[in-house]
Amino acid sequence: MQLTNRSKQVSNKEMTLAEKMYLPAIVQGLGITISHFFKKKPTIQYPEVKRYLGPVFRGLHILKRDEQGRERCTACGLCAVACPAEAISMVGAERKKGEEGLYREEKYAAVYEVNMLRCIFCGLCEEACPKQAVYLRHDRMVPVFTDREDIVYGKDKLVEKMDDRYVRNNPSVQATPTEPSLSRSVG
Amino acid sequence: MDLTVLIAKAIIILLIFGITLLIATYSTYAERKVAAFLQDRIGPNRAGPFGLLQPIADAGKMFFKEDFIPAQANKWLFILGPCLAMLTALMASAVIPFGDSIKFGQFSIPVQGIEINIGMLYIFGVVSLGVYGVMVGGWASNNKFSLLGAIRAASQNISYEVALGMSIIAILMMTGSLSLRAIVEQQAEVGFFGWNVFTQPLGFVIFLTCAFAECNRTPFDLPECETELVGGYHTEYSSMKLGFYLFAEYINMFVSSSVISSLYFGGYHYPFAAQAHDALTNALGANTGHNVATAIGTVMFFGKIFFFIFFFMWVRWTIPRFRFDQLMNLGWKTLIPLAMLNVVITGAGLLFNFNYAPWAIVIGMVLMVVVSSARAPKPAVAVQRT
Repeated sequence: MQLTNRSKQVSNKEMTLAEKMYLPAIVQGLGITISHFFKKKPTIQYPEVKRYLGPVFRGLHILKRDEQGRERCTACGLCAVACPAEAISMVGAERKKGEEGLYREEKYAAVYEVNMLRCIFCGLCEEACPKQAVYLRHDRMVPVFTDREDIVYGKDKLVEKMDDRYVRNNPSVQATPTEPSLSRSVG
Repeated sequence: MDLTVLIAKAIIILLIFGITLLIATYSTYAERKVAAFLQDRIGPNRAGPFGLLQPIADAGKMFFKEDFIPAQANKWLFILGPCLAMLTALMASAVIPFGDSIKFGQFSIPVQGIEINIGMLYIFGVVSLGVYGVMVGGWASNNKFSLLGAIRAASQNISYEVALGMSIIAILMMTGSLSLRAIVEQQAEVGFFGWNVFTQPLGFVIFLTCAFAECNRTPFDLPECETELVGGYHTEYSSMKLGFYLFAEYINMFVSSSVISSLYFGGYHYPFAAQAHDALTNALGANTGHNVATAIGTVMFFGKIFFFIFFFMWVRWTIPRFRFDQLMNLGWKTLIPLAMLNVVITGAGLLFNFNYAPWAIVIGMVLMVVVSSARAPKPAVAVQRT
């Protein structure tokens, strides 16, 4: 099988004088390199410009709320079981009277922690979750940390903010201002 | 004369020294930029606008690194190595004529470190001393790879110096002088087509190739061949000692570019230089006009130098390294005989007052190439098709 038609069979015939002189080949090579000098560079200036990484990119974790703002997580522990890096730990608790607006079902996660140093961003927690509570968002990466204390993400950082809701196929969500709209990923 | 001329000379020498260092510094930046652009990249662009402060950042890095001297090394020679490399590299630019002359009052001061009538010989002498820096450093490191690199550098420089010297003998025969200023002025007299690149095309190619080898630049950078010899002669070096070795390479590049420009590309001469000089002296008066014309010539000369520095880089990022036996074959079996032939043909031409005789060799070689490729058997194996 041939992948490209650029391959050439090598022949070990004796070189002609022009080939032995190197000069024509050198001039040809110089021509090739100088043509690249003027080509458009494909470099993206990373920290300033970020590429759109696609709707399936697995970035920062988020604990979703439902339409009425109630936390979806029931602390069933399936994500922790599925996690190959054992990055997730949680403590379940029972919903009290009057907390119906906060938690969707009778059981909820009082503590939910993801160790971002252990996490390998495989997305198995997202797949395991029966309540569609945990997601790895496609538009945000885990920010740089300088302190080990910062790296275990608790519920304060993980639970979705009501004024900054995450919708995976939301056409108005953009990875960066410089990038094309995510609308093309609506499926 | 005396004091005024002395001060003017001191200023010129310091200026040349400063410019040499500045150009060498920014050559490191240009090298990385050119390499990046030839490879569809962008290159350093973080330190300052367009990465212009990158050389300073690099130098800072070099200074702050640990200056390590191996226990088994010969300490004094180890220190002497980079000093020699730097010293000889800086000495060479003293005799290069960077411009015509500056006139003020009754004084006329050539834009040149020193005008000596054996300028070319001086450059050869100093440049061939340059290999001692490499040799001493490689030997003092007390390391097999360093020593191998140093030996390679020595044998390569000695081999290519022969062809280098041979290739300019033809020019010396035409000019009758070893002074670089005389060579430039002789080219300026004839005009654009008097540039030695037009009278000595073969000599130019040989000189250029040898200059690459003398500067230890790719495709002849075998002394520091990192695929075979770790780091070559500077394997054991760190900190600013390594910096000096690398810096010396860029200074050598600048010096060889300026020598090539003045030997083969008319130095500070440019087409219609005489007419421009006349027009300027008529318009601005004898002294000011002359000085402006000199400045234009100097700018032209630096333009040529920058082109050749770029060319050095362009070649470096195009051609892979030669094997050592190929290097020696090219030097001894091709370049030296060709240079000798060039001398003979030029001499024969001069006998009949014909300066363009070396073209006969070029034409002969082109004919041989055409004939040999016409008579060559077709490739035994055809290009594969799907």
